[in-house]
Amino acid sequence: MLELITFIVLSVIALVSAILVITRRNAVHSAIWLVVTLFAVSGIYLLQHAEFLFAVQIILYVGGIMVLFLFVVMLVDIDVALKQARFARQWPVALVTAALLLAIVGYALYNHSQGLNLPSRPMICAPAQNTQAVGLALYQNYMLPVEIASVLLLVAMVGAVIMAKRKLE
Amino acid sequence: MIPTEYYIFLGTGLFTIGVIGVLTRRNVLIILMSIELILNAVNINLVALSQYFKSVDGQVFAIFVITDAAAEAAVGLGLIIALFRNKETVNADEIDLLKW
Repeated sequence: MLELITFIVLSVIALVSAILVITRRNAVHSAIWLVVTLFAVSGIYLLQHAEFLFAVQIILYVGGIMVLFLFVVMLVDIDVALKQARFARQWPVALVTAALLLAIVGYALYNHSQGLNLPSRPMICAPAQNTQAVGLALYQNYMLPVEIASVLLLVAMVGAVIMAKRKLE
Repeated sequence: MIPTEYYIFLGTGLFTIGVIGVLTRRNVLIILMSIELILNAVNINLVALSQYFKSVDGQVFAIFVITDAAAEAAVGLGLIIALFRNKETVNADEIDLLKW
């Protein structure tokens, strides 16, 4: 019961702050609300006993990516953007499309959640063993993907430096 | 225990909000933030189904998704800085260099 209440509270925080992210005029406010969303999602990971991912979410997303975002928001001049309209001209069409997407996916999920027969199951292992299990999977079964991910990060780093440095003529 | 479909519904909601953000906003920075929302929705689903199937594979994939998000944010923000330097705008409507 307590678990369900925690889940509902975290979901409401995540969804409301996500809506605030996409409706704020000021990009700094959007970034702050995105931090709130990321914290709520990390709480949901913790609720699902994914402790390692909870830590990764906070350290990498909130501590790394969001600081990068805020840094760029500060670099880019926001005064001009504040005076302009928030939404693009096509917003009614976009809203209808998104509502249609939500309706289709929601209908399919609602119709088939009984057919899928997704019962609640106990967690995989003791809380302390989650990090161990993820680490073993990463360095045994997913050795090559980890290496590819490291190369991807290197390429992204070099690409970001070149992109931000060179002036296009 | 919370039923797995609740998590999937939450993921669907967050995904839709992210899609609305990408489609309607004009500020490129907020479009990138909406993409982060979409990736988080995917991660919620991955973790929920990893618990359901009693396997950590889903969580490992969520870690790869976070790696991708980091790479995408770095390159995307580098692009925005280069764009701002050349066109003095972060408005997606004004970036029409390739428009015929």
